[in-house]
Order: sequence, then structure tokens, then C-alpha cells
Amino acid sequence: MDQVSLSAFAFLFSELVQYSQKHVKGIQDLEKRLNLVGYRVGQRLLELLVFRDRGSKRDVKLLNALLFINTNVWKALFGKPADSLEKSSEHDDEYMISDNDLVVNRYISIPKEMSQLNTGAFIAGIVEAMLDGSGFPARVTAHTVPVAGFPFRTTILIKFDAKVMDREKRLADK
Amino acid sequence: MAKPLKTLGEDVWRTKVEKVNGELFALTYGSIVTQLCRDFNNNYAKVNTQLDKMGYNMGTRLIEEFLARSQLGRCRDFRDTAETVAKVAFKMFLNISPTVTNVAPDAKAFSLIFDENPLAEFVELPESARRRAVGSTAGPVENGDAMASAPAQAPLWFSNVLCGVVRGALEMVQLQVDARWVSDVLLGDECSEMRVTLIKVLEDEVPAGED
Repeated sequence: MDQVSLSAFAFLFSELVQYSQKHVKGIQDLEKRLNLVGYRVGQRLLELLVFRDRGSKRDVKLLNALLFINTNVWKALFGKPADSLEKSSEHDDEYMISDNDLVVNRYISIPKEMSQLNTGAFIAGIVEAMLDGSGFPARVTAHTVPVAGFPFRTTILIKFDAKVMDREKRLADK
Repeated sequence: MAKPLKTLGEDVWRTKVEKVNGELFALTYGSIVTQLCRDFNNNYAKVNTQLDKMGYNMGTRLIEEFLARSQLGRCRDFRDTAETVAKVAFKMFLNISPTVTNVAPDAKAFSLIFDENPLAEFVELPESARRRAVGSTAGPVENGDAMASAPAQAPLWFSNVLCGVVRGALEMVQLQVDARWVSDVLLGDECSEMRVTLIKVLEDEVPAGED
């Protein structure tokens, strides 16, 4: 597999964030912009990975689609599966994929006044595009959720559209 | 006896560099270029400039890592610089080894020929981005003239960020250079060639930052 240095990517990503900051008014806007740039990556990545790993057959069950992201996509991008995949106990339509040390965030330092910002929004964009493209439309965002030992743990929050949940229910009831 | 540069480059890549998926890198860069094209309304001259600026910023920071990992001292002359950039720097960051050619007789300029370009992995440019200034003959356009006389028809130098990186990094080691593409396979040319020209050796000035 073709590789480049992490530094090359990190420097490029840092420039992307800095460039984006000039065109936005606030954290939400910045995250939306990063999400958009990531979205385009995700659209192409979906085609590439489904072709390679699934013989162009797309998943039709929600859990399989999530597992594909949690395992295959993460492994392809970062060399290892994500650290956890969880279902929200409060909301039926929410799932969380977490990474203790998101590679894109490793060399980004967030100033205190912007502590709400998580540049993992870029990765959220990738995930969102992959789910949208597989027939599981969702809103995907990135949040910093520190846990013991991992102060910079990023949780990718996936909120599926109502029609996805309806469809899952119908398929399950059959 | 110092290690040959090629070997040094390969060793550093193998042992001292943390690696990341090249496709993620390529797709990310592509998405950035697309974003710039949208933001600048497909004014490719402006996109080229912005890519160069971003590259410059990257280059000024990247040089420290280069020096730390390669442990190389001063280059003897500009030809040495060329070989170092090609065999060690590009190898260490992008795992490629462009070829140094067309060294000017006074050794104040050289070309880098890129056989492979990780940035352009999945790229095909639209017709509008490939068009060059009216009246040019077949073959590579003289870069300076084309961009100055017909900005609306400037081609998109997709990998222009690399020129900025070379310029920024070399400026940090007191070499003011001009780096620009003279041909690009994405534009239908035979090869991708970057021309690097030494403008002057800087005398311990603090370089102005670019935004």
C-alpha cells in the first residue's frame, strides 16, 4: 500500500484548518467546512473501499455498514480498527465510533478559547459521505470526550435519519 | 565517509518516519484543491498562488523536521542542494525520488522530474483547467509569460503546493529560490518537471511571514 509520512499529512491538514479559519465565523462554521472537505474524500473512499473489500456489494443492514466503517475503513485509513463502536442508550438513532488518538488531530493544538472545536470534523465528513452513499443518510459530528488515560479521545457521533431507522425496523420485523 | 544521499533518504524513510495511508493524503489534497477552485471561482491563477502560499507555510515548518531526522549539515553547493532535496527530502516525506536534471552550467538552477506524484494519484483535470494561453504552440508553455499575459486562461498547476514547499524550506536555510512547474502530466505533458532557480543567498535576514 502506498504511504506517505504522517508529517506530510499533518502539515497539509494544518494548512487546511488555517485556510478554512479565514472563511468562517465561529467554531460550528469551521467544523462544517472541514466536514465538507472530508465529505468529498469520503465519497471517493467509499467507492474505492467497497470495490476492494466488498467486491462492490454494499451493506444493506445498518450494523454491517457501521462495522464496515469501524473496522475496514479505519484500518485502511489509520492502520487499525477504531477503538470502540457503541450504541447510544438515550437515543435509538445514535451511534458512536471512538478513537483514542485520532491521527488528524495529533498535531493540532486547540487554543483554550476554542475548546469546543474538534478538527476530527474532517473525519466526520468522511464517515457521513460513506453512510450517505451507502443508503444510510446521517448527520455525523466529531466531539472530544476525554476518558481516563486518553484526554484527546474523539467520538464520532452518528445520528441516522428517521427513514433509516424505519427501514431497519421493517427489515427486523420480517 | 558520509552515506550517499540516496541511502540516507531510504534509511530515514524506513526507520525514522511514521507513515500514513497515501490514498488518504491524495484524496485530502484533491479535496483541498477542489475547495480552492470553488472559493476562487475557478480562477486557476489564484488557486495556483494559494497552493504555493500554503506550500510555503508548510515548507518553513517542515525544514526543522528534515534537519532533525536527516542530521545533514550544510550543502556544499546548489547542485548538492538539488540532490539533497530530491533524494532525502522528498523521500522522507513523500516516499518518492524525483530525478535531478538540466542543471544550469553555472549550477544556479536545476530541474526535478517526477516519475510519480502521490498528490495526483486519482486526478484527471477538466478541460478548462488544462487550457493554456491562446497562441501557444504545442508543448510546455513558458510559465512566466503564460500566467502574466492571460490570467483567465492559466492552467491549474495541480501540485503547486510542492513548489511552495521547496521555496519555503530552502528560504529557511538562507536560499531564496524560485520554484515552478514547467510541465505536468496532468496537463497532457510528457513529464512533470519542476524548475528551481537560485535567486540569491540570504544574509541572515528574518524572512517575512506569509499569511
